[in-house]
Amino acid sequence: MAQAQLLQKKNNKIRPCTQDRAFGAVVVISLAIFLLLTIYPLIFVISASFSDPKLVASGQMILLPKGFSLQGYQYVMQYEEIWLGYRNTIFYTIVGTLVNLVFTLPCAYGLSRRDVKGRNFIMTLYVITMYVGGGLIPHYLNLQSLHLINSPWVLIIPGAVSTYNLIVARTFFSNSIPWELHEAAFIDGSSDFRTFLQIVLPLSTPIIVVLTLYYGVGHWNSYFSALIYLNDRNLYPLQVFLHEILSLSNFMANAMQEGTLSPEEMAAMLEQVETANMIKYCMIVVASAPMMVLYPFLQRFFTKGVMIGAIKG
Amino acid sequence: MSTMAQSKTSGKWGSIQKEIRNRWQVYLMMLPAVILLLLFSYKPMYGVVIAFKNYNFRGGIWGSPWVGLKQFETLFSSYWFPIILKNTLSISLIALVLGFPFPIILALMTNEIQRSWVKKTVQTISYAPHFISTVVLCGMVILFLSPENGIINLAIEAFGGESVYFMAQPGMFKWIYVISGIWQGTGWSAIIYVAALSGVDKELLEAAEIDGATRFQKVIYINFPVLVPTIIILFILRCGNILDIGYEKVFALQNSANLNGSEVISTYVYKMGLVKSNFSFSTAAGLFNSLVNSAILLLANFISKKASQISLW
Repeated sequence: MAQAQLLQKKNNKIRPCTQDRAFGAVVVISLAIFLLLTIYPLIFVISASFSDPKLVASGQMILLPKGFSLQGYQYVMQYEEIWLGYRNTIFYTIVGTLVNLVFTLPCAYGLSRRDVKGRNFIMTLYVITMYVGGGLIPHYLNLQSLHLINSPWVLIIPGAVSTYNLIVARTFFSNSIPWELHEAAFIDGSSDFRTFLQIVLPLSTPIIVVLTLYYGVGHWNSYFSALIYLNDRNLYPLQVFLHEILSLSNFMANAMQEGTLSPEEMAAMLEQVETANMIKYCMIVVASAPMMVLYPFLQRFFTKGVMIGAIKG
Repeated sequence: MSTMAQSKTSGKWGSIQKEIRNRWQVYLMMLPAVILLLLFSYKPMYGVVIAFKNYNFRGGIWGSPWVGLKQFETLFSSYWFPIILKNTLSISLIALVLGFPFPIILALMTNEIQRSWVKKTVQTISYAPHFISTVVLCGMVILFLSPENGIINLAIEAFGGESVYFMAQPGMFKWIYVISGIWQGTGWSAIIYVAALSGVDKELLEAAEIDGATRFQKVIYINFPVLVPTIIILFILRCGNILDIGYEKVFALQNSANLNGSEVISTYVYKMGLVKSNFSFSTAAGLFNSLVNSAILLLANFISKKASQISLW
């Protein structure tokens, strides 16, 4: 062993020893298992959505679609509320994210300006809310008193600034925009508005992309606020309709618990279950596809975003 | 003496006025976000007083009669209190103990990959579950665990076992919650550690290599120690949220059959408050939750400060 190392040094080349090779193998195998466990459920859902539901139900479809069928998607296309939900979600995501950016970016910029007094005080006010809050009911009563219950704006305005994202943006501005730029702009007589809009923002593409992604994904995937604060079905986002359908088999558990299901009813339901499951797989694909297609393109940005946030976590 | 003090304060006030005159545009940029903060985060805080009142709709927050700690007494003596406390604690402790190490191990392993395209692919795949909504995740869990034709039960039957109705067993709930959470969160949570690993001293690694350290030794003695401060900070933050199990996911996985294992404080608060309109009682339960959270956060921070000199503040 010692001799081998000596030899390595003489050759001035470092060759992996047995231990290192074994270690490398363990890493590769563990990562492969991890990736397999991560990706398999997703592939299964996609394949199941394109397969004959009977083959899925009997366990014959294991990885790739079997008995190719688009029937599930046809059902989903005919289901009007899904498209209503889709339309609403697109509205909440686009308008909501724009509002998020319009409120978050200027404030984060102000908080990053070291020449502005009181910024630490405002920052403390924000950080406190990460740990202390009124709770669900006081929040609800507050929204009620502001007439926001059952208004689409309830999903957009109250959460317009997330403290975490504000900190990430502020950290970006104070670390990535050289202070000399501000001084130069000030000497040239640029107003603070102009400095922000014409000098700082054009240099801030990474943070704008990161915030758009964080906020956008949040809007696209949120469902509980809508469930709590909206009563009008016409305002529901996609995820609420999705929740109604995906949790349908839950009612079986409820029924079994209460013993209200006769054997005949049970058999009838089992027949429907196969088709119902196919529809569920299709809906999962339809609802998740936009985010799944989008995020790999933005990957390099959000790694950066987390890194920015981590500096002053 | 007194005039001196007076002139000093008026001088300070004068400088604040001057500051605002000079930087009014920056303050104006922060104003919209600060208004939202006061309106939606601080204004509801006074609503917490209804935890000590008996809220009625006519009296509102101020007009309702004070009842002291009666709501808390009712809470502590209620049938559900020991159940929800036990469920909340066990779910979050299991999530913490089991879930916390995975992202660290994943980051250390990802860091061992030499080829950058392989590394990028591993990361892309590992992030995928993060972009799936809670509703979809829970829908997938329910589909996969379905007793008739879920893939898990099909696999159990293929190996000669008997199908299990996982979702109807209260004892299974915490494992379902935690394992699905690990599946969804590991890749995304690893980003912050991968970012921290980019700060490893390259010269140190080279020196270790010359001294004949194996790859495994380098990981344990050089890479891992770099992560320790990040690990401690994240651990303290997680401790502060120990009772904060989001109701979104629990609610989406809950059914009346597993309620004994799945009812947690936040879902109880939601049901008592918004479903049964028991506003004061629900607020008291929520307040109890945040008090315990703050206590645990302070305790974790205190212990860490004593043990490792690393703390949040």
